[in-house]
Amino acid sequence: MKPFKFSAVNNPAEAITLINKNTDAAFLGGGTNLLDLMKEHVALPNEIIDIGNLSLKEIKATASGISLGALAKNTETANHPLIRKNFPVLSKAILAGASAQIRNMATNGGNLLQRTRCSYFYDIAMPCNKRNPGSGCAALEGFNRMHAIFGWTRDCVAVYPSDMAIALSALNASVKVLSSERERIIPFRDFHILPGAHPEKDNSLQHGELITAIEVPKNDFAEHSAYVKIRDRNSYAFALVSVAAGLTLNGNTIQTASIAMGGVAHKPWRALNAEAYLKDKAATAANFAKAAEAEMALAQPLAHNKFKIEMGKKALINALETAFKGNI
Amino acid sequence: MRSETQNLNHLKQGDCTVNLTVNGEQKILQVQPWVSLLDGLRDHLNLTGTKKGCDHGQCGACTIICDDKRILSCLTLAVMKNGSEITTVEGIAHGNELHPIQQAFIDHDAFQCGYCTPGQLCSAIGLIKEGKAQTREEVKELMSGNLCRCGANIGIIDAIMEVKAGGGHE
Repeated sequence: MKPFKFSAVNNPAEAITLINKNTDAAFLGGGTNLLDLMKEHVALPNEIIDIGNLSLKEIKATASGISLGALAKNTETANHPLIRKNFPVLSKAILAGASAQIRNMATNGGNLLQRTRCSYFYDIAMPCNKRNPGSGCAALEGFNRMHAIFGWTRDCVAVYPSDMAIALSALNASVKVLSSERERIIPFRDFHILPGAHPEKDNSLQHGELITAIEVPKNDFAEHSAYVKIRDRNSYAFALVSVAAGLTLNGNTIQTASIAMGGVAHKPWRALNAEAYLKDKAATAANFAKAAEAEMALAQPLAHNKFKIEMGKKALINALETAFKGNI
Repeated sequence: MRSETQNLNHLKQGDCTVNLTVNGEQKILQVQPWVSLLDGLRDHLNLTGTKKGCDHGQCGACTIICDDKRILSCLTLAVMKNGSEITTVEGIAHGNELHPIQQAFIDHDAFQCGYCTPGQLCSAIGLIKEGKAQTREEVKELMSGNLCRCGANIGIIDAIMEVKAGGGHE
């Protein structure tokens, strides 16, 4: 690891003041991704500001839903009684990610900020526009089995790795962010971004901004929601494809469907076409299949990941059927 | 690793003081901020029971118990844990009496080369304390962060199931 200056801070204002003085400084939460990237010399901050002591650890009910402290641990969030009861898709998604040890360390804010596991991003001998802007994308013509089928550009075909964020996307969460000037609320759909011309940026957070909480509004599909994750081994692996789905039902009629996909794009991929197809339709196997077709028709596979189209359809159908049955 | 640390004398002024309780004993570490908790335990406190496998959070060999939670010491900086209470594999037995999970690992042939075993033991103790895993399938899922390349996993799960059934020893 490259040497760095270290300080631990005790309140958000102190953290923000410090990071504003140095554009090469980084906040340290649980450390599970950042320290790994530093060992690989992918991340090279010259200053680390440890925010682990900040009191942003509360998980509490609010008038509009629930607020997840940015520094509450993933384990605690997944097992919280209110999350299990009212947001089970979030609990299930968190528990589908990483291992028990990592979930004990990883924070909610840090989970959103984890970086792609694209092997070319991690290999500093290879070109990568995300790590080294302008150097090219080695994955575009390389081994891209794990990579994107939606929203990619020739500059970057990486996928976003979080499971938790896929559920938060379907739940219409927002991210509460503090800077020296203001507090702002970023809707989840605007938080993570597609690679566009700047794949070095994963999200709309600016230097000097600190995530303080994730706000999740109430929903009416807690009993009809599901998280389906397909991966190379049964546990402790990133998604090839994942789907978070919630169905607001009136009898057997779908009023609205909320669906987000993981493992397919540079950000949580909200399945808007599938959602639009299902609106006011009967919850039938045929309609689930048509909704899945509608979404996956837009996919643009790379050389090694065409399988994700069929896998995506099956995962969508499986998630919708599971949500409809209500056996999360 | 130790000699490399000593050769960085010009950086000594950047050393941090980290107070830890390790296996019940007060310890003071003087380390550079980039020293992982794993290297701190092994190279500075000579507690080499905790193993370095991948050093990237993928294998679980470095699992320890920190403030009652199982964590990976390789993805933790020592300076992040100032004031914490840590248990490593060296601290789980009571004197000469093995921890029940240690005895169960012996009884169930739950290791071959032994390299992953300290991490497996600490992880198993953490799992039992968490109380979330009831069935064998749940134990398997919640032990998935500890790899065993000898393939002793069946014995490992058997050992944990036995200790769990025995009434939740710590």
